[in-house]
Amino acid sequence: MSSQSIPQQAPAPPLPRLGEITETVTNTIFGKAPLWWLIAFGISSALAGAFVLVLGAVALFGTGLWGINVPIVWGMGITNLVFWIGIGHAGTFISAFLLLMRQSWRNAFSRYAEAMTLFALATAGMFPLFHVGRPEWIFYFAPYPNTMILNPQWLSPLVWDAIAISTYGGISAIFWFLDLIPDIAAMRDKAKRPIPRAFYGFLALGWRSDSNHWERLHKTAYILAALATPLVISVHSVVGLDFAIGNLPGWHHSIFPPYFVAGAIFSGLAMTVIVGIVLRSGYEGLKDFITMDHIDKALKLMLITGLLVTYGYMAETFGGWYKADAFELPLIIERAIGPYAPFYLAMLFFNCILIQLLWFKPVRKNIALILVICVGILIGMWLERFVIVSVSLSYTYLAPTWEVFNFTFWDILTIFGPFGFFFAQFLVFIRFLPSLPISETQQHAVEVAHA
Amino acid sequence: MPETNGCIYGYIAEFEDSESLLEAAHRTREAGFRRARGHSPYYVEGLADALGDNTGDLIAWYVLGGILLGGVAFFLLQFITGAVWYPLNIGARPIVAWQAWMIITFEGSVLGGGLAALLGLVLQIQLPLPYHPIFNAPDFHLASSSRFFLSIEARDPLFDEEGTWQFLESLEPTKVSEVTC
Repeated sequence: MSSQSIPQQAPAPPLPRLGEITETVTNTIFGKAPLWWLIAFGISSALAGAFVLVLGAVALFGTGLWGINVPIVWGMGITNLVFWIGIGHAGTFISAFLLLMRQSWRNAFSRYAEAMTLFALATAGMFPLFHVGRPEWIFYFAPYPNTMILNPQWLSPLVWDAIAISTYGGISAIFWFLDLIPDIAAMRDKAKRPIPRAFYGFLALGWRSDSNHWERLHKTAYILAALATPLVISVHSVVGLDFAIGNLPGWHHSIFPPYFVAGAIFSGLAMTVIVGIVLRSGYEGLKDFITMDHIDKALKLMLITGLLVTYGYMAETFGGWYKADAFELPLIIERAIGPYAPFYLAMLFFNCILIQLLWFKPVRKNIALILVICVGILIGMWLERFVIVSVSLSYTYLAPTWEVFNFTFWDILTIFGPFGFFFAQFLVFIRFLPSLPISETQQHAVEVAHA
Repeated sequence: MPETNGCIYGYIAEFEDSESLLEAAHRTREAGFRRARGHSPYYVEGLADALGDNTGDLIAWYVLGGILLGGVAFFLLQFITGAVWYPLNIGARPIVAWQAWMIITFEGSVLGGGLAALLGLVLQIQLPLPYHPIFNAPDFHLASSSRFFLSIEARDPLFDEEGTWQFLESLEPTKVSEVTC
């Protein structure tokens, strides 16, 4: 892996002169909103509205609107929670882990991928909030002082999860914003009208490009990256533990934590590549910065994580067979040939078979095929979450209670609504804040020119 | 040398690229100036060192403190609430289940470290600061995109209006200007 992803500077595009990079990126913001942005924002907002409708309905009438019932008590809420947290993981992986590895190609993705992390977390956070059925009492998750000294059960992975995810959100937000400050200052200095100037001036905190401040900020970014890297691994591991600690067939596997992390980065990279392709086709100027070379590297990383996920499926199946559990074996067979077979087989097709195309260079250069593969991965990873969460719950230790999950109208809305919620936030971000790290891209361009 | 209108913050020299700025920074330091700062659109490695301005950085210590404090605090939180205030005996499992508490302890130390990094940064670079005289410098709005600057404050013990101006001109910048306060 390491020998493959060392930056090759061979096909470097002609270098823009200093300041041109700032110009290009700020122009995407100060220019009029392009038509595609308006259309995309309209669609996303409509879907986000549907999501708000679902959440409101669930809060008013109860979680029974979702097709959950004993034994399948975890349905769309938890499936989507796991899926959306996973989407966020690629952002931190790209911005923190690849920073520590000095992979400068990450620059093209780091800013917007980190923003994706925040928005994916915001989306994911909605699910546990409403899945508990009593959103107004969500503070029970926190160890707040109360007269009955009632506190969270510290041995429960669900409590670990709440703390891991909120820590992750906080650290990601700090990391993302500190990195943004110099670029917001560039926005402030490029702004011509008073309101944008005041807006960016306020957010730039008075950044004056001071050498001492740069030094400190640089160091802080590295320290935060070093903190965020183990954190991001821990977050999806803890999500994996939510299941692995449960005694249920299909959940009780020690492979879960690493396999969840690989799956998270896998699906997050797919989303990052899709968004990258949209950005570079939407804003002509960004084509020189988010190049096919960058996408190529992300796709290779995606292939590696995809193979890890494939290994996870094999280990899980093998483990189920090897422990010869009277309830695990029927689960393995049932989910491959039973009523859930379309879900399980589609998952295997998208996550294990379709990605094999990425071995071939012509495929990694074909935008249409890349989009097909990435959308396929998103579908496949969503199915994986569903197969793990709800399908496993269908086959409990009490065979007479076996049940098939019944999708209601609200379940369908809960699948598609969050995409609108996520993209609406993301589109607002690319409209108001620089979607590329201006200063790092400039630095990199100068370094390449001198190399 | 221009007319001064009473109050000056310092002088500022403008450069085309980071190498000239780095070179100028080395010479400023050799000339003995102590209150000089570089301004660049991106991180220029070694610039703060060249100006002798990279000492006393405490961020790593803040972070270490934050990690320890966060970890200890989250561990004690679990210990006090779970084992002292409300011990819950479930199937005679150990009350002090420190192994299982390690995950939250870990999250606490990362959270503490991250918040301490933010706090350390804010305290050291003294931002947010809405107004600073350096913004009065001509062309300074280019410092965030395409130009490199070197400023010497009037507070510097070596600063004198004539000599410093000439010194800055000797660094071969594209322009030297005065910064009013």
